[in-house]
Amino acid sequence: MNILVGISRVPDTATKVAIDESGTAISAKGVKYIVNPYDEYAIEEALQLKQKHGGTVTAVTVADDGGKETLRSALAMGVDKAILVKDEQGLDSFGIAATLSELAGQDYDLVLLGRQSIDFDSFQMAGLLGELLGRPSLTVVSKLEIDGQTVKAERDIEGGKESVTSSLPCVISVQKGINDPRYPKLPDIIKAKKKPIEERAAQNLPARVTVTRMEMPPAKSGGVVLGDTADDIKELVRLLREDAKVI
Amino acid sequence: MKILAYLETQEGAFKKNAFEAIKAARHIAELTGGEFIGATSGIDAANIQEAGKYGLETCFTLDHDALAQPNAAALAQAVSGLAEQETCQIVVFPATALGKETAPRVAVRLQAGMVADTIDIQRDGDCLVAVKPVYAGKALATVKIEAPQQVYTIRPNIFTATADSSATVSVSSFAPSLDDVATKTTVTGVTRNTGKLDVAEAEIIVSGGRGLKGPENFYLIEELARAFGAAVGASRAVVDAGWRPHAEQVGQTGKTVSPNLYVACGISGAVQHLAGMSSSKNIVAVNKDKNAPIFQVADYGVVGDVFEVLPELTRLVSETTGNKIEA
Ligand SMILES: Cc1cc2nc3c(=O)[nH]c(=O)nc-3n(C[C@H](O)[C@H](O)[C@H](O)COP(=O)(O)OP(=O)(O)OC[C@H]3O[C@@H](n4cnc5c(N)ncnc54)[C@H](O)[C@@H]3O)c2cc1C
Ligand SMILES: Nc1ncnc2c1ncn2[C@@H]1O[C@H](COP(=O)(O)O)[C@@H](O)[C@H]1O
Repeated sequence: MNILVGISRVPDTATKVAIDESGTAISAKGVKYIVNPYDEYAIEEALQLKQKHGGTVTAVTVADDGGKETLRSALAMGVDKAILVKDEQGLDSFGIAATLSELAGQDYDLVLLGRQSIDFDSFQMAGLLGELLGRPSLTVVSKLEIDGQTVKAERDIEGGKESVTSSLPCVISVQKGINDPRYPKLPDIIKAKKKPIEERAAQNLPARVTVTRMEMPPAKSGGVVLGDTADDIKELVRLLREDAKVI
Repeated sequence: MKILAYLETQEGAFKKNAFEAIKAARHIAELTGGEFIGATSGIDAANIQEAGKYGLETCFTLDHDALAQPNAAALAQAVSGLAEQETCQIVVFPATALGKETAPRVAVRLQAGMVADTIDIQRDGDCLVAVKPVYAGKALATVKIEAPQQVYTIRPNIFTATADSSATVSVSSFAPSLDDVATKTTVTGVTRNTGKLDVAEAEIIVSGGRGLKGPENFYLIEELARAFGAAVGASRAVVDAGWRPHAEQVGQTGKTVSPNLYVACGISGAVQHLAGMSSSKNIVAVNKDKNAPIFQVADYGVVGDVFEVLPELTRLVSETTGNKIEA
């Protein structure tokens, strides 16, 4: 089974966010980039599937030059091949999906993704790719079994789980809980530095969506601070009833 | 401008998010001077009338065996087929498991631009712009769709709907033609966490963190939740420790929630937790450390020990709501 894993390069979750001069993006200054946390589950799942069924695992990211660093992490975890699709333009989700679909349409039985990128939380790639490729998509998968061409999965839905069956080739996005991603060992990290990264150019595609403004959320000012005496708690309940009107 | 809202159902009735989708569609119709229609499946004509209370006048039922328990590919083909037939330029989905997967597929089929997890839609000159939280809620992006066709998913509990109308819904059937991608995936079963309110859908959530000290003390959270009529939530620290199931986790790697009231007990307020709950309409924090970051987003902060505060709070809330504390 040949698997393509899509990896997105995102700011570390602990990053302090500031808006840059353009007012439409966050400032890149001091931002540390990491492999999108959900994508680590996708890489791990791909490696485990390869162990069971054979085949190859290829990691791809559509990113600027920094994407190489992201791919090194995937190589250190053990993927066979890494492809950087160089995007100088800053493609939107649709542009990334269109670029990935060209690659994925070739000879991959399965495209594995994370459930969402934690930068824009777009949650779109699996659906976009599935539709562009004319293949089924299964999202937020927390349990996966593949037998021949048959795919059995469990996905998280509101208030429970859904069991689905589908078939290869398809696009699957995974959720925390599906596995425990391995930590690469130091020798693997060093070896990964020497492995080749294939580079390709991204297509030039007009944006379907553009960010016109980026701002900090309005600060919560003047929250009421109470102590823990019986009177304070009585006051809290009064405020919830009379001010907030939630009970 | 014509807008199509997808109305999600469960066991033959509309879910609350269906009325929110109507509300969002109605809001866009007001901004653009357009009209809106609904599309649904798995519900009979009599139960569809409920949507009239929220101002829906026209609704199509998507009639195909594959849509009784829809998968995203099938639903996308049906919804985009209907949008084309009815010349709808804008399609609205709830940002639910089903909506989030179906919406991008519809966007591809309609050659539309798409914005996910929208919390506001505004008019900007001749265009619409949508606001969505990004970077774990640390910033808000205003996004413009450049394409004439547009697809939005809307965050639950934001476009709160009120039953302020008495429209009669005219119901028609739409029989989509589905290709074989639509039928490759089958939903074979659904298991629901029985008897429990889900955090993703609750109006009120009471969450507990490591400050509770151990799983055996979560009865304090459960009792307060019952007093409020609320769902139980948890921080990742207590989920990872195995005290609570992952389904209850709120935050970046858990669920994103925006209830009317979020009560955080013994939770420090790490950015990844805030990412999942900072858009809640009212936030109460109970924490013994007055410098805990959770107080920066709290509307009502109680600096105190959960073991002292929660029993008293539970008693008073239960008195006010009349809800019983015992299971
Ligand atoms: C990639 C990534 C994703 C993550 N995703 C999530 C996520 O989805 N959700 C999430 O919640 N976290 C997430 N985290 C973890 C997050 O960073 C925090 O570690 C976690 O939220 C802390 O949980 P906590 O507040 O329960 O525990 P702590 O941070 O240990 O806080 C406990 C709090 O309880 C207070 N306390 C202690 N005793 C008492 C008492 N007796 N009475 C009152 N207060 C008391 C303390 O003052 C403290 O503020 C993520 C982290 C990473 C790196
Ligand atoms: N630029 C990218 N390059 C490769 N894969 C990506 C990229 N962006 C997103 N993905 C994949 O798609 C998933 C969902 O992303 P999103 O739709 O952006 O929330 C991510 O977890 C990745 O697996």
